[in-house]
Order: sequence, then C-alpha cells, then structure tokens
Amino acid sequence: MSDAPLMERAAAPTPAATEEAWRRVQLARHPQRPRTLDLLPLIFEGFFELHGDRAFGDDPAIVGGPATLDGVAVMVIGHQKGTDTESNILRNFGSPHPEGFRKAQRLMRLADKLGMPVVTFLDTAGAFPGPAAEERGQAEAIASSVKLMTGLQVPIVVVVLGEGGSGGALAIGVGDVVLALENAVYSVISPEGCASILWRSRDEARSAAAAMRMTAQDQVDLGVVDGIIAEPGDGAHTDHGATAQALKAAIVSALRRLSGRETTELLASRYARLRAMGSYLETGTVSPGRPKVPSLRRRIGRILHLPSVPRRPRWSEIWPSDDADDESERGA
Amino acid sequence: MPSGAIAAAPRARIGSCIDSTTRGSRLPIKFPFSRRAAPSDAWTKCPTCDAQVFNKQLERNQRLCPSCGHHFRMSVGERIDLLLDPGSFEERDAGLESVDRLGFHDDRAYTDRLEASRLKTGLRDAVVWGIGAVEGHRVAIGIFDFRFMGGSMGSVVGEKLARCFETALADRIPAIVVSASGGARMQEGTLALMQLAKTTAPLVRLDDAGVPFITVLTDPTTGGVLASFASLGDVILAEPRALIGFAGARVASDTVGEEMPDGFQSAEFLLAHGFIDAVVARSDLRASLSRLLRLLPVAAVDDGQPASADRVRGPLGAISGLAERLGGAVSETIGIDVESPADGNGTGPSSSSPSEREEAR
Repeated sequence: MSDAPLMERAAAPTPAATEEAWRRVQLARHPQRPRTLDLLPLIFEGFFELHGDRAFGDDPAIVGGPATLDGVAVMVIGHQKGTDTESNILRNFGSPHPEGFRKAQRLMRLADKLGMPVVTFLDTAGAFPGPAAEERGQAEAIASSVKLMTGLQVPIVVVVLGEGGSGGALAIGVGDVVLALENAVYSVISPEGCASILWRSRDEARSAAAAMRMTAQDQVDLGVVDGIIAEPGDGAHTDHGATAQALKAAIVSALRRLSGRETTELLASRYARLRAMGSYLETGTVSPGRPKVPSLRRRIGRILHLPSVPRRPRWSEIWPSDDADDESERGA
Repeated sequence: MPSGAIAAAPRARIGSCIDSTTRGSRLPIKFPFSRRAAPSDAWTKCPTCDAQVFNKQLERNQRLCPSCGHHFRMSVGERIDLLLDPGSFEERDAGLESVDRLGFHDDRAYTDRLEASRLKTGLRDAVVWGIGAVEGHRVAIGIFDFRFMGGSMGSVVGEKLARCFETALADRIPAIVVSASGGARMQEGTLALMQLAKTTAPLVRLDDAGVPFITVLTDPTTGGVLASFASLGDVILAEPRALIGFAGARVASDTVGEEMPDGFQSAEFLLAHGFIDAVVARSDLRASLSRLLRLLPVAAVDDGQPASADRVRGPLGAISGLAERLGGAVSETIGIDVESPADGNGTGPSSSSPSEREEAR
C-alpha cells in the first residue's frame, strides 16, 4: 500500500522559517499598508460608493460600488480596515458582520445584471465572531456569498491586499483569477486563532503562521493563488502610488484574458478551478465496512464487553477471521 | 478485484501504525484481553442531567439519554442504521485518504493525528458518503463522524461531498448531508478553506437542475462547515440542543473579550432567528426526512437529458412533475399505467412527455 510517503512525519518549522512567516504577517498587517479605499482612486476612475444591504444596515468593514477601469465599467468590492484607532473602531478592524457580506452580494447581483466584471480586494483578519453577528446569520451570509460567486455570470478578479483571513475573506474571494500582493498572507484561520486552538495559547501565533504556510508564495505553490504582484521597495506601505500601478496593470491584464470568454466557458473553468482544490490520495481499496451477520469476533467481543471491537481494523490483524472473508466475498 | 488485495490492505496499515507507536508517539496499543480498569468504557455521564447511562443502553436507545433525552453524538455507522433502510447503503469513494501537503506540525505531526483518528474510528476520514434509501427514497448521502479529528473538513471531506453532490446531479436523486464538524481542518491550511467553495459550487448546479438538497445539523456544526453547504440546504433540519454556530466559543470569547451567553449557538436559537427550518428529535428524524423527500421531489425533466448544468425544466415541468407524483395514486384509482406510456415522440425511456402525463391525469 502506498502509505510510505504519507507516513513521513513532518517536523516542526525551523526558527528561521517561523521568523520569515511572522515577518510577512507583520507586513500584511502594517498600519501604513494601503487599504482598499486608499487604492481605489489610484487604480479606478469615478468610484461611487454604494451603501447598505437593504435588510438590516450598512457595514463599514466592506466597501463597494461601480467604477471604471481604463474606461470599462466594473464593480469593485473590498474589505476596509482603518488606519488609526478611531477609523479602526468605525471599520471594526476590517472584520465584517453579515450585513457586509449581504451588501457585497447585492452589488455582485447588480454587476451580474449589467454584465460588469467584478474586482474584489481581500484585507480582513476574518468575519466578526461576536454574538450580534451570530444572531444575524454570519455563517449563512458567508455561505450564500460563496455560492453566489461560484455561479456569477461575469468575470471575477480577486486580489489579496493584506490579510486573507478565513471565511470572511473567501466570502468575497471566489474568482476566476486570484492574485496576491507579494507580502499578503492567506490562511484558513488567523494565526492567533489557530494557536489558541491547537497550541491552546495565543502566544504561539508565530509557530501557527509558519505551520499554516500562509505567505503569498506558499499559496501559489498550493494552487490557491494564481499570481503574485511585486511590491515596491521594502513593502507596499513605502509607496502607495507604485503599488497601485502594479495592481492596476495586473488587474487589467487579468480582465483582458477573461473578457473574451463565453459565459458557459467562464463558469466551467471557474468550477474546474475550485473542483481541483485540495490534495488527497485515491487508494484502490474498499472501506473496511461492516459485517452483516455478527461474526465470531463480534460475539466474543460482546461477551468480553469490548464495544465496537470488530470495526477496528487492527483486530483483523490480531484475529484474521471470517470478517475479512465476508468482505472479500462482497468485494468480488 | 482479487480478494487477496482487499484482505491485505488493512494489514499494511496496521503495520505502519505499530511502527509509529514504537517511534514514541502516543498511539495506544490495546490488547483484546487486557482488563479495562475504569468503568468509563461501560458508563457515560449525561452532560444534561448528570445521570450515569450504561453504554449498551445508549446504543439500544439511539444514543439518547433515557432519563432526559439528551442527544449524544453518533458514529457514521449508527447514523446509517438510524436513517437508511437496512442494507440499502452502498459506500462510494471509500479509498480517499488525506495527504499532509503542508507538512503541518503543531505539538504533533498531522500524519500522527490522522493515524490516531483512523485507529480510533476505523474510518479513513471524517466523512462517509454513498447511495442509500430513506424509506424507499433513493438518496446520495454524506455523513460526518465527529470522532475523526473533530469532523473537520479537509481535502478528502471536500472531495467526497463534491462527488456526492455531483452524483446526486447526474442520477437526479436528492442529496442529504448529516453534519457534525468543528469546521475547516486547520492542518490543511487554505486548501481546507477552499473546500468551502468546492463543496458549494456543485450546489449551484443542483439548483439549476432542480435537485433538492437537505442538510441535517447535528451536535456540533460550526465554522467552515456551517459557513458553506450546511447553511445552504433547501431544507435545514437540526437535532435538539445541537451546538450550531459560526465561531467556536473559545475563538469568539478570545476575539470579543466577553463570555458568550448560554445557549446562543443552539439549534433552538437558530430556529428562533430564522436560520433553520425545524428542530427534529432523533426518533423522528428518519420519518421527517422521508416526508420531506416525498413532498420535495426532484423536478421532472421533459427532454430526457438529465445532468445538464442548464435549466432543463420546460414550461410544463410543474404539471408533469405533479403527474409523476400523483402517478401511483392515479394508476391505482383509474387503472391506467402512467409509468410506461407509449413511446410517442421519441423521448428517452427514462421519462415520459408532459402531454402524455397530462392525458394520464
């Protein structure tokens, strides 16, 4: 059986790798890093911000509206973090509530109706986990956003600007092309969250960051991100203008590649892209299964009060018995 | 397949497990005749009413507490017995196995955690899917087992569910998922996150093709599983008092800095806020599913072309669907065999044309 490569046990990340991963996380969270609203006027013309989800309220942690890019009308949607304490409180540190995702859905439906391409910017530590968000259906809002994007009949270009944090990022992050700035990070959960669950301590965030392989280059290697946009100098925070120019060039070229496609072809390739995500091994063996008639092993197990004995594969090694025969008969 | 290959496979697995035990990890080797010291194997304390419940009694009683009705978690096998007709379940894609693509290591290697879960459960990953029947209704069903790494969704779970939905689409049978999961599997990083999108994308096709999708949320269903297919059922059922929420209590209270109020992520809370359709006791679950499957049939197609991504229902789709549903009753009362109409206008053998259905009515 092809267990050998699987059984190779991974070692803990080296200190150097841990430092490097953490440096990227710090850069992605840099207070002077350009945010969605900083970049919009530098990349697009005539951005008109639209507000509200038409059901509950307006979420300042997600901004969006129509704009033109090189004369083409597009719908732009992005997470918005603040730059100082006051604006961060207003923007809830870029962590959306359900109404933010529902506003995004509304804007995407509008783009779909008018045939406008969608460009999204990801920059959030994650969807807000508080009681109010739960009450208003945070999980449902993310799920239906993802579903809407998988079936949206217009091209979608996604750019990870800073932090791509979990479901809150993915909710506006399903696209035909996914790009990332050089120092952006993308992860299934924030390093602090991962550390608090697996290490039971938020202080292990550095180790978690390294273990999750969350840098832009790692994401390209995993096939989650399609391309990296180089940042100027020591990082995007040093030169917003140059960052915007690089972003604009990348977005325009991605949209050009997508614009010629038929809708059915576009949707089929988006589906295929998502369908290919993941890494698994397909072994040719059938499942251990369960015997239909209690076997001798099971009967002995019951007498000895060993619950669910026969289902554990190791017993079949200790007592290679009628069960294995049953299975091979059924498999043949 | 030669029978020898099947019998040999588990043995190779066991060999490797024992290897890893001797290398110093904490995998237990339990011999069949060793005495179990604590009574913990025979008794379980009910978290609701503190009663000591005999495990055998739990097994006989659908894993419900006999004194207060607390719903204990169930294994995949127990779920299959609970929901599906005896002998109807046929597992698919049982050979899929997780790969440690990231080389993930916290205080233990991901491969060790996988191996420990495999030993504990006898499963290869946290979900089992296959084709089965609920009181005669053929369905594609995916069932989570929380014992396997907290039911977390990694590449294998995502792939199995995507195949489950695609099979439901191709065979035009309803899809059901019974969830019990802590969310995305952190050890697979963003690949696990992408399973949210991967399991959601086929649901758009089920919508277009008119194939119903039902989710049953059991204790616990949180994180990325709730934030994808689990929240997207055409009908969403939940077991009483199941923990259902987006953020785990530990993450939430760490982030927000306050303790969460009691019961705010319960099935009843979600029902009150309009996010699920019904809280159904375990003893009624199979009957409820059966009723729903009867009331929400797969939409009829009028061109004999199932499994198309485009909407295939014609203008008479609703009528022919009605005829199909009434078919049995009609044939009983007026003695016309509506299920085998004369092949008049070249439709496929699997479906009859709407006009013939109307005549039959």
